[in-house]
Amino acid sequence: MSRKSTVNFSNNVDLNQKLAKRRWKSQVGRFFFRMTLIASLLALLMLAYNILNRAFTTVAIEDTVNPTELSEIPLAELEKAELLLILGDYLSSNQLRILIFERILGAPREDWSDLNTQTLSAIIEVGQYPEDWGTMLVSELEPQQILALLGQGLSQELLVSIVEEKVVEERVVQVWTLTETVFNWQGIEAQVATLYPTTRLEFRFWLNTDFLMTAMHSQPELSGLRTAILGSLWLMTITAAFAFPVGVSAALYLEEYAADTPMNRIIQLNIANLAGVPSIIYGILGLIVFVRAMGFLTNGRTILSAGLTLGLLILPIIIISTQEAIRAVPTSLRQASYGMGATRWQMIYTVLFPKALPGILTGTILSLSRAFGETAPLIVVGSITRITADPQGPLSRFTAIPIQIYTWTAQPQDAFRSAAAAAILVLVVTLLVFNSVAIILRNRYS
Amino acid sequence: MTVLTKEIQQQQASIYREYVMELCNLDVYYGNFHAVRDVNMKIESNKITALIGPSGCGKSTVLRCMNRMNDLVKNSRVEGEVLFQGFDLYDARIDPVQVRQRIGMVFQKPNPFPKSIFDNVAYGLRLLGERNRDVLHHVVEQSLKRAALWDEVKGNLKRSGLSLSGGQQQRLCIARTIAIKPEVILMDEPCSALDPIATLKIEDLMRELKEEYTIVIVTHNMQQAARVSDYTAFMMMGEGLDGEIDESRAGELAEFDRTDIIFNNPSNQRTSDYIKGRFG
Repeated sequence: MSRKSTVNFSNNVDLNQKLAKRRWKSQVGRFFFRMTLIASLLALLMLAYNILNRAFTTVAIEDTVNPTELSEIPLAELEKAELLLILGDYLSSNQLRILIFERILGAPREDWSDLNTQTLSAIIEVGQYPEDWGTMLVSELEPQQILALLGQGLSQELLVSIVEEKVVEERVVQVWTLTETVFNWQGIEAQVATLYPTTRLEFRFWLNTDFLMTAMHSQPELSGLRTAILGSLWLMTITAAFAFPVGVSAALYLEEYAADTPMNRIIQLNIANLAGVPSIIYGILGLIVFVRAMGFLTNGRTILSAGLTLGLLILPIIIISTQEAIRAVPTSLRQASYGMGATRWQMIYTVLFPKALPGILTGTILSLSRAFGETAPLIVVGSITRITADPQGPLSRFTAIPIQIYTWTAQPQDAFRSAAAAAILVLVVTLLVFNSVAIILRNRYS
Repeated sequence: MTVLTKEIQQQQASIYREYVMELCNLDVYYGNFHAVRDVNMKIESNKITALIGPSGCGKSTVLRCMNRMNDLVKNSRVEGEVLFQGFDLYDARIDPVQVRQRIGMVFQKPNPFPKSIFDNVAYGLRLLGERNRDVLHHVVEQSLKRAALWDEVKGNLKRSGLSLSGGQQQRLCIARTIAIKPEVILMDEPCSALDPIATLKIEDLMRELKEEYTIVIVTHNMQQAARVSDYTAFMMMGEGLDGEIDESRAGELAEFDRTDIIFNNPSNQRTSDYIKGRFG
């Protein structure tokens, strides 16, 4: 901060006074600008602190059934037969049947009632069980028979995990944030000793592979982000596939073909304004146009409708950034191409487009990252907040990462805040990757 | 608009065998600004014609009219005729794309495409739809040799055209232009961004090229015009009523004659003043 002492080599008093004043003004300016920078950095730090504080937590876990009641030795070391016995003791025959559908067949929930009414030979190949069982209806199977089937179809590790999930049934009863864990560990232990004597404490980072790989669940500790991640990926695919070609073509037309007429200037002005329209307005537009009017094509509240809506949302941004990239191509290159006898289209695809492409891609990626975090239009277009089935294609119902965050933060259970924090981390890291790619593209090629 | 019957065409073709281009009463406007007034000149084939004159007198404008590059300038308007082998280039039935293939152009600033040397020279042929590698290779080699660049780049034609020096880039642009065998090459101050040695190389090249091509060059450098050109056109802003030079007025052709006459024995006082460096 300290300024080098200066030698006064001018005798002009007037000039010296003015110099001091000018110096002082620039000092004030520097101080003010530095403060604003520090303030915004502080705000960012607070955000990061809040998220990380929730993503790293201490949890008190209670088992519905204590594993020591099930066996003397750890569950993982038990034989298949012993595990099957435990399952038979604690689960109803209906729950056991569901295990067949879920774990052996991998069938989605809506098919279970159908499967119940079929014969065993129709769903599992003969040879894994005595032949006379083949003609039995699935709903008529005895618990012993089901257990035999489970033993035949599943490995020991899978059975262990089933016992842990269905019998032991870990439940998170309370969550303490990272700060509490670090500064008030004794307090937590005391609280646990008095309130939940049967629980054990565990340190937990919520953003783990299980979180990324499992679907939505009504229990926060069993909830995952897979459905939302897949939903967001589908959305981005559709959005990019729609907005990129349309936006780039529109920009090319406006820059290279359109004459400078009042009409075209009005269109240009409107595009610039559309870029500033609140996203929820686009949501309403999407609801009316894609969900209602074009429902026969888009199947209503589907990924397709939402993707097209987000596409409309970022279309003006793509058009504007593409126009800027096109304008940045030096006139000398256009002239060189035209001077060689190129037609307009030849000039565009041999010179203009290759030269402008990095800029176009940068703009597209940045606008996609905006669409990635958009929530309001998705709510209006109608994403589902509780959905466990992965999206199967553009015509299925969906949820997305920001929607999941929004839903989880509105849940009463405290543990859902931690799930939301983990989801926010996923979102922020993805956005960082998007933007880094854009910056690299811009610096390397343009 | 001229109606060109076949006989007239043949007749004109024979007349203009010697004069490949002719500007008749050419007037150019940019919006309301009258840039060039009433220019008449004939361009002889296989000669170098230089356009000289002070800045802003419309030399480049006249040059760009000769292959319809002025079409790319918004609000530009051309009146009068630009005849090329008897055809009026501004006839509505003439396709500017074809004009620019037959009348090539080299620009003030070297502007190679951000592509390899090979792709730069092959660019024009590829525009025409040539895909045969052998043909392309042959033409690229010939053109680079004609442009006196082959020996310097033959080792690696895959290098970017932008990696060359300024003088090499300009010769690459000339190679690119002659690759599609135009009949006329227009050069818009081709040496103004180059050092004296690179300039000399380009001038030598121009003297060689005029065996096959007709060259029209705009230059600020009077010595250059004197060195290389056969004919020189001196252009000048028009005079106001009081006889003073008025920069807001349209450029006019003050004098057009053989170069040795223009430089040694000009008939126009202003030409003489300009040549002797009294203004400009």
